This record gives sequence, C-alpha cells and structure tokens, in this order.
Amino acid sequence: MANDLIQISVCSGTGCLDAGSLLVRTAFEDHVRSQGLEKTVAVNFGGCAGTCPQGPVVTVEPGGVLYHGVQPGDAAAIVGEHLKGGVLDRLRYEPPEEPSKIPSTGALPLYRHQVLRVLRNKGLIDPESMEEYIARDGYQGAAKALTQMTAEEVVATVKNSGLRGRGGAGFPTGLKWEFASKSVADQKYLLCNGDEGDPGAFMDRSVMEADPHSVVEGMIIGSRAIGATKGVIYVRAEYPLAVKRLQKAIDDATAAGLLGKNILGSGHDFELSIYLGAGAFVCGEETALMRSIEGKRGMPRPRPPFPAHKGLWDKPTVLNNVETYANVPPILLHGADWYRSLGTQKSAGTKVFALTGAIKNVGLVEVPMGIPLRTIIYEVGGGIGKKNKKFKAVQMGGPSGGCIPEHLLDTAVDFDSINATGAIMGSGGMVVMDEDNCMVSLAKFFLGFTADESCGKCPPCRVGTRVMLDLLTDITEGRGKPGDIETLIDICDDIKNTSLCGLGQTAPNPVLTTIRYFRDEYESHIHDKWCKTGICRDLASFEIDPEICTGCGVCARACPQEAIVGEKKKPHRIIQELCIQCRTCYDKCKFNSIQIKASRKLTGVAAAAEGGKH
Amino acid sequence: MSKLTAEDLVRLRDKARAAMDFEKQGYRGKVVMHTGTCGIAAGAEKVMAVLTAELKERNVTDLVVTTSGCAGICSREPLMTVQLKGQSPVKYTELTEAKVKSIVEEHLVGGQPVEKLAFVMGCEAAY
Repeated sequence: MANDLIQISVCSGTGCLDAGSLLVRTAFEDHVRSQGLEKTVAVNFGGCAGTCPQGPVVTVEPGGVLYHGVQPGDAAAIVGEHLKGGVLDRLRYEPPEEPSKIPSTGALPLYRHQVLRVLRNKGLIDPESMEEYIARDGYQGAAKALTQMTAEEVVATVKNSGLRGRGGAGFPTGLKWEFASKSVADQKYLLCNGDEGDPGAFMDRSVMEADPHSVVEGMIIGSRAIGATKGVIYVRAEYPLAVKRLQKAIDDATAAGLLGKNILGSGHDFELSIYLGAGAFVCGEETALMRSIEGKRGMPRPRPPFPAHKGLWDKPTVLNNVETYANVPPILLHGADWYRSLGTQKSAGTKVFALTGAIKNVGLVEVPMGIPLRTIIYEVGGGIGKKNKKFKAVQMGGPSGGCIPEHLLDTAVDFDSINATGAIMGSGGMVVMDEDNCMVSLAKFFLGFTADESCGKCPPCRVGTRVMLDLLTDITEGRGKPGDIETLIDICDDIKNTSLCGLGQTAPNPVLTTIRYFRDEYESHIHDKWCKTGICRDLASFEIDPEICTGCGVCARACPQEAIVGEKKKPHRIIQELCIQCRTCYDKCKFNSIQIKASRKLTGVAAAAEGGKH
Repeated sequence: MSKLTAEDLVRLRDKARAAMDFEKQGYRGKVVMHTGTCGIAAGAEKVMAVLTAELKERNVTDLVVTTSGCAGICSREPLMTVQLKGQSPVKYTELTEAKVKSIVEEHLVGGQPVEKLAFVMGCEAAY
C-alpha cells in the first residue's frame, strides 16, 4: 500500500474555490515538495462530487476517501495518515447512505471536461451588480496591473501567458500589445470587438450579458499595457441586452473610479464608451471596424500601416475580441504560468465554444485547448440530437471556416491543428451536422452569407463570391455541369489570393472544405442530379416504402399539403404533384419508411439507380 | 460612490463576498433564475413571475431570489439554480409553471431537492 501512488484531488468547483480550495491545494503541494514526496504523492484538481456545503473537499485515492472542510493546515496530517496506509478520521466525510439520484457535475460528461476561466462567473453573479463581480475577485487583476506593475510588466505577463486572440486569427495578444506600447503618440486607443456576426456564434454575446465587468476589467488592463486613455467597445445593435448590461457596467465602474481619471490612485486615465454597430459582418475586420467608429462606411483598408501604429483616427490602436479581454484579469491575478497550465504549447488556456446544430446539448461550453474534437461533440455536447442519426461534419469558424468530417474527429482543438484541416478555430462557433445535412447546400448557405456581406471594395470578393453562389445555386437546382467543381476551386484560389481582408480571404473555406471532404456529394449533384439528403428539392423526391409503412397515419395527419393518402393500417402513398418536400413526414415517421428517391422531374438512369440503392 | 483605491477594493470585495453569502445574511437559501437572451427567449421571465407569485402566496421570505446570466445549457432553458443552506446547488431545466410549483413546494418549502426534475447538482470546475 505504502508504495502505491497516493493521488490527492482538491475540488476545483466554484463553491470549493470560494471556500479556499486554492490555498489547500498549494498547502498540499508545498508539503509534498518540502518532504520530497513527489514520487509517492500526486496533487491535482478534481471535479465536484456534489458535496458543496462541505467544502473545501479533498478526495484521496486509493480508497476514494472524502475529506471535508479541509484547511491548509490539514495537508500534512492527511498526507501523513495515507502514507501509513491509514485515514484521518477527524476530517473524513461519510456520504449519506442513500446518495441523491441527482448526478453531480463531476459525474456528467457535459461538465466533466469543462474548466471555466472566461466564464468564471457564469450564472453565479448578477451581471448588473458590480459588487457581485468584485466579490469574486473582480478588478483585483486591474488593481495589480495599475498599482503594482509597470506597463512593460503587464505586457510581459500577457506575452508569457501565451494568450492568443480569441476572435479567430489567434494572433498573440501580448505581442500586439507590445507593438502598440512602443508606438509614441499623444493619444492611443484600445478597442473591443463585440461585433460577433458568424451564424451560429453567441459566445461573446453571452460573456457581455453574463459578465460585462470582465470585459471592462480586461480593457483597463490593456489600456495600462499600451498607454491608451480612451477605449471603445464596438457592439452590434442587435444585442440590446449586452449593450444595456455593458453600459451599466461602464457607468458603475466610472462612478467607482475604476474608469476615468487617476484610476485607483495609479495616475492612469482610461475612459470607456460603447459604439453601436449596424450589424455588418465586415465590421468585425479591424480596419473596417475603426472606419465605422470614425463614422465612415465600414470598409477595410490595406495594412501596413498596422493599427498598432496608425489605427482609429490615425492613432496607435489595439483591437481585441470580447473573449480575449475576459481572459486577461485572471492572468494578471494568477500569473502567466497558471494560464499556461491548461492548453497546449502553442495554444494556451481554454476556449469558449457555442455548440449548435444537430447536437444534443446546445449551449455554451468552455474547454481546455487541445481537447479532441470528438470529446467536445460526444461527451460535452452529448452527441447527435436526433436518435438514429449519424454525425456528418462540424462547421468551425462560421462562414470563414470550414467543415471537419468524421474521420478527423480526433483532431486536437488548438489553432494550428484546426487550421491543418482547412477549417479555422474562428471565434468559437461550432455547428454540428448530421447525415440529413447536404454539404453542397451548406456551402451555398455560407457563400450566400459572404456574398451579401462582402463590402464590395475588392472585385474578386464582390464578384467572385457572387459567381460562386450562382454556380452553387445551379448545382443544387440541377443545372450543374461537368467541370463546375474545378471552376469553383479555381475561383476560390483567386478570391483567397487577391482579397484585401479576412472576409474575402476566408470566404472560400466552406466551399473548399466541403469539396475536399464531400466531393462525392458535389459529383452526385452534378452528374446524377441526385441529392441523397433530399435537401435540394429539385434533386430528390420523397416516397413511402410500402414494405416498411405500417399505415399509422402520423405522416398523413402532419402533412400540410394533405398529400399523403392511404387506408388505416395499410401502406400510405405520397401524391407527388401535391408534395412540397417540406420533410415533415420524413421527420415524423417513427419507422423510417419515408425514403429519399430520385427527383420526380428527372428520369436519369443513374439517379434512379442511386435512388434505388438508398 | 467615492473613488476607490486598491485597498478599498480589497475591503469592498470582502464586504461584497459576505453580502453574497445568503447564510451570513440570515437567509435559508438562494434561487437564481438564468436570464440571458437565451433564457428570456425560452420564457425565463414568465417562469420568474410564477416563482415570485408562488413564494409570495406561501409567504416565503427567507430566500434570496435573484437573476444571473446564461448557465451554458441553452437548449434546456428556462433554467434555475437552487441552493439551500447545507445543500449543494441544484439546477432545474426546461422549467414550466407546473415544474416551478413542484419545486417551490418540495424543495424551497419542503427542503428536499426534487430528484425527478433536477438536472445536476454541484458546482462547475473553474481556475
């Protein structure tokens, strides 16, 4: 027994942390180190066992012994007893004989893989109360940066933390701050990009709504680092609740002297305001965002000059995303090494994802970087939402990103590994698709979005996305021609290489990745005029398989067109002339008797053969 | 509010921490309704109205009832977290008027978490 490794897990749940589990963990670590026990005793953080009022809770393996109300001073006694093979009875917690049937967060896969850093106050504080933010160590990071550190030290801390921009590109935040800090000017600006516009992304909205002060505090620290005295949060007007809560946070912080002149007596001034964006996707691009704040039409301009030298009003400017700023206060408070303790070598810390689409647990999750995509989809996300449906792909990075298919699900979620798949980390939108999704339609949807949102400055983006959209529309409506795939790839390369800003440079990604991973679907659309998912209405029809149909009548009752006929308990039939292919019967049938067949408009031999096989 | 100093901020934190601790404030528990945009869209405000009316009717005044942001499980909104003295926080999901009434009766008044309605118990890992 004494030779076995003793595993000490200190609960890192928010309740135990509030009760002081951090100090308890440090005490265990110090004791182990001072006694030279590193080889026999391991100390780490563990998940919540659902015994929160007893915190800080410590679990010791082997034996699964639970201790409650552990104080730093108890570390030596607990380690000592377990080294002898015993148990410290004084602090032992005996769970009730009849344990609750409610699962603990530590037991649910949804929570087990998550670590909340950005979302540290998620659901715990009243977002409109600055006092509650302060209660959970709010503004302590800013206080440290402003009263105990030089600007260079703040930059160095953020640089050493390895924090990379969470808006999508992943540029090292500390490096960006360093460039701007070295620019000499009478005025510098610090901006926050809250112009979240990717379809399926709602991370930043949630952070601004649930914890607005974390963004304000991150900006105060950033302003200190680069020497900015004015800041603007650029939020789209369609986020009214976020705007309201941010404004209250700014007002309260200003009244308390956390914004304004001579903050916390440090001599540093920083004023913060909100600028409402009209919701143009291109305004998420930094130079376009700055022009928009200047009151001009939001269009990107060439770089250099980079904003760190010439940005808003031609003054040195730093723009970071909402999640990036929310990451900063705890980095100042706990240090760069702490931040690097999670994540990978090149992608430190955690990432917030908005899980949506065909997934069971739709919502906001925060996981350490480097976690396999499969774990996010199947454990945190709970897998595919609809029963009997298989996973097909996940779209990461919205319209600028790409889809990742099943065979790449073991990819680690970090900036570089995701880029290697052709998708991008993006700001954190993760749209999951099951086998009912048509990948050509998906590409068309995103191209439609970027074609609409292209600002029009660069012809390759303005015209190219429109030409691609027309080609994709043709393919999905049965007018695809041999050679279309090659033409698409060709235009993609041109748009990528000749567009000024990220919008154009990344707009082809959804098309390129769907061609790369689902080329067979493009080919069957073009050559066989057949969409196996039935999403492209001109390339499929719905029929009831009389062998499977039980005649239960559910589909007939649900059909808005009254297009389904048949006697009770006898196989039903769809009147093709009335069918509008709304998929209601397909979704309602419990027996999978609705089959997707070749288009009724086409009588191609290949389509019929494919249809028959399905 | 007068301008804060770094020392004030530490004092304010300790004071605010105590103010947030429902036990220290003499309350028996705390009920948090999650009212992000997702929660509101799913009907959190309506559920909140049912909750406050129900508590008022039963003359329950020893609970802190408050709101907070999105709890992350948007597909199971509306959502609330209940924590009574000596118990772990319990999350109830997909709330309806009927569910809220049972939760008030059995958990908030009766003191026993409603096992068949609860989604999860405990805290989320941070740090």
